[in-house]
Amino acid sequence: MTASRTQHLVSSSIILVIALLVGWVSFTEQPAEAFLFPRLISIFFMIFALWNFIRAVMGLSKVGEGISGQTARAIFPGLIVMLIYIFWAAKGYGKVPALEGHWLYDWVRRGLGFYTSSTIAFFLLYSLYDPAPITDIRSWLKRIVVTAIFMAIIYGLFALLLKVQTPRGMIF
Amino acid sequence: MEFLSYFGGVFEPLAFALLVGGTIGGLILGATPGLSPTMAVALLIPFTFHLSATQGLILLGAAYTSTVAGGAVSAILLKIPGAPANIATALDGHAMAKKGEGARALHLSFLSSGIGGVIGVLLLIFLTPLLAQWALAFGPSHLFWLAILGVTVIGSLDSKSFVKGLLAGCIGLWLSMIGYDDIQGAQRFIFHDALAGGIHIIAALIGIFAIPQVLDMFAKGRSKAKIEAVDVPQHAFSASAKEMGRSGRPLTIGTIIGSIVGLIPGIGGQIAGLVAYDQAKKFSPHKDKFGTGHPEGLIAAESANNAMVGPSLVPLLTLSIPGSPTAAVLLGGLLIHGIFPGSDIFERNPEVIWTFINSMLIGQIFMVIFGIVIAKQAAKIAQAPLPIMASAVLVLALFGSYSVQQSMGDVWIMLSLGLGMYFLEKFGFSAAPVVLGLILGPIAESNFVQGSLIAGAQFDGPWAQAQYFTTGTLNIVLIALVILSIGYSFLSHRASGRAAVNVEGVQA
Repeated sequence: MTASRTQHLVSSSIILVIALLVGWVSFTEQPAEAFLFPRLISIFFMIFALWNFIRAVMGLSKVGEGISGQTARAIFPGLIVMLIYIFWAAKGYGKVPALEGHWLYDWVRRGLGFYTSSTIAFFLLYSLYDPAPITDIRSWLKRIVVTAIFMAIIYGLFALLLKVQTPRGMIF
Repeated sequence: MEFLSYFGGVFEPLAFALLVGGTIGGLILGATPGLSPTMAVALLIPFTFHLSATQGLILLGAAYTSTVAGGAVSAILLKIPGAPANIATALDGHAMAKKGEGARALHLSFLSSGIGGVIGVLLLIFLTPLLAQWALAFGPSHLFWLAILGVTVIGSLDSKSFVKGLLAGCIGLWLSMIGYDDIQGAQRFIFHDALAGGIHIIAALIGIFAIPQVLDMFAKGRSKAKIEAVDVPQHAFSASAKEMGRSGRPLTIGTIIGSIVGLIPGIGGQIAGLVAYDQAKKFSPHKDKFGTGHPEGLIAAESANNAMVGPSLVPLLTLSIPGSPTAAVLLGGLLIHGIFPGSDIFERNPEVIWTFINSMLIGQIFMVIFGIVIAKQAAKIAQAPLPIMASAVLVLALFGSYSVQQSMGDVWIMLSLGLGMYFLEKFGFSAAPVVLGLILGPIAESNFVQGSLIAGAQFDGPWAQAQYFTTGTLNIVLIALVILSIGYSFLSHRASGRAAVNVEGVQA
């Protein structure tokens, strides 16, 4: 399966916009000496991006399977859990000045902490993609045990062995 | 023979334990489909922060060696190559296993990996100092062209599309420029505070190699398909060893091709295995048996992909140009520990480098022993459900990237690059040129700036830079190689249509 022409057009357009942006920044920002190398590279970046775009417009871009609706549906739940896990749960999110001072905002902004959020994320992702029936009690027990063992190993490796100071949130 | 005096360091208790642990862990990781050697080494780098440079490199070297060999286990028993380097192994290896010759296939696989690997490391030992001496003649213009050559070779040879390969290299070079300029202190492409310090190579490597694999595992959804390993009846090891002794031709072909491919910057084991398999078939009197469970194909492929490992470090240690994508990750590991490759690497860090190389030599022997002993168990672990592997890799990626500088900014960079790479891969871009661009970008830029300064002093006129960078025999040879790599790739992509897509199809 290869990506549709529209998908190739969209992806090559995005890359072309990025290349043009890089070129524009490289040739307009100062001091010029600091942008000597970026200018050189951005010329090739823009040429190849334009070439890639023209191939997509002409329907010659055929490499790559693209992202089908089925793939998007399959990765969507995992992606959402992953984004919440990394951008919020592990260590809060960026400030929203208008909401500062509100107890709920302050509470939520603290995040859950690295180990708690990792445990929840591991368990959620495992459960989301585990083909075992949702009513199967044994599979739930298995998920809990596997999650506990894995997180114990992670804690042992990073907290006890490597002594990595992870951000603490509202729990752990 | 200076290396002989540094063997003692390998047998220090912690170093030895890391070598054994790295070998066993690497075999298991290598046998696990979906966990590539490159990703395994990238995820291991954060664990080396609290180790000395020697110990850290021993762990990474052992993992590099054994993940490549471990990939043969799942290729033979599950017909799923553990790594791209094992694609050719699956062709005859699994056919042998289905005929009830799984143990024989595993023995031959690890023996040929070990022999190829030892010869590859010996080449590393004897060629590296020679190349280091030769590298003394390299000035900034040559190093600039070498860095560009690394990006163009991998961009044009490792990609399914000529233009996308070179474009991926440009993306990597651009990413390497993000942050403050070292000389002027100017801000470059800093769109967010998290980028002020630039993109940390380890966080980038983890993201680029781990996150797309996590998403690929998600993409398989709630799959009930269970991977079944074939039964492995007993087979006398002595019989396999004798058979190995009679297999000089495929072993020689595999070892020579693997060594040559390893020395060429940026190519890697996948090509080594496939080319060796193809050549062994051409030179064999039993061509028709290839693909039906013929040991010659297996021996050629496995000896090639492990013979590639040692030589892939020759250009890495002397010229900072990695010989394979995994070697590029290893370069990140070297830099983290303050080891800067170059012509004087053996003068500055003889103990670290020689102990590391010696550990790879001993690691080859351990790989054969542990590989044969734990292969069947490794195959069972390789059957771990995808949801567990995906969740585990994600959590490890988060902890690994955070522990680099104890910064959430690195985690966000890791995730952003990983997501970006996933979408790029879906449209035919490869990760290897992006990584090479990211790693070689600073080398290319610093030499470009130095060269520009020298050009101003040596030549007059507006074309001083062009004169400095394009004159002299070595410059012309390097420029010719850059053009040759691009031209060869352009013509071969046109001629073969989409041959590389077929290779990717086998891999998938």
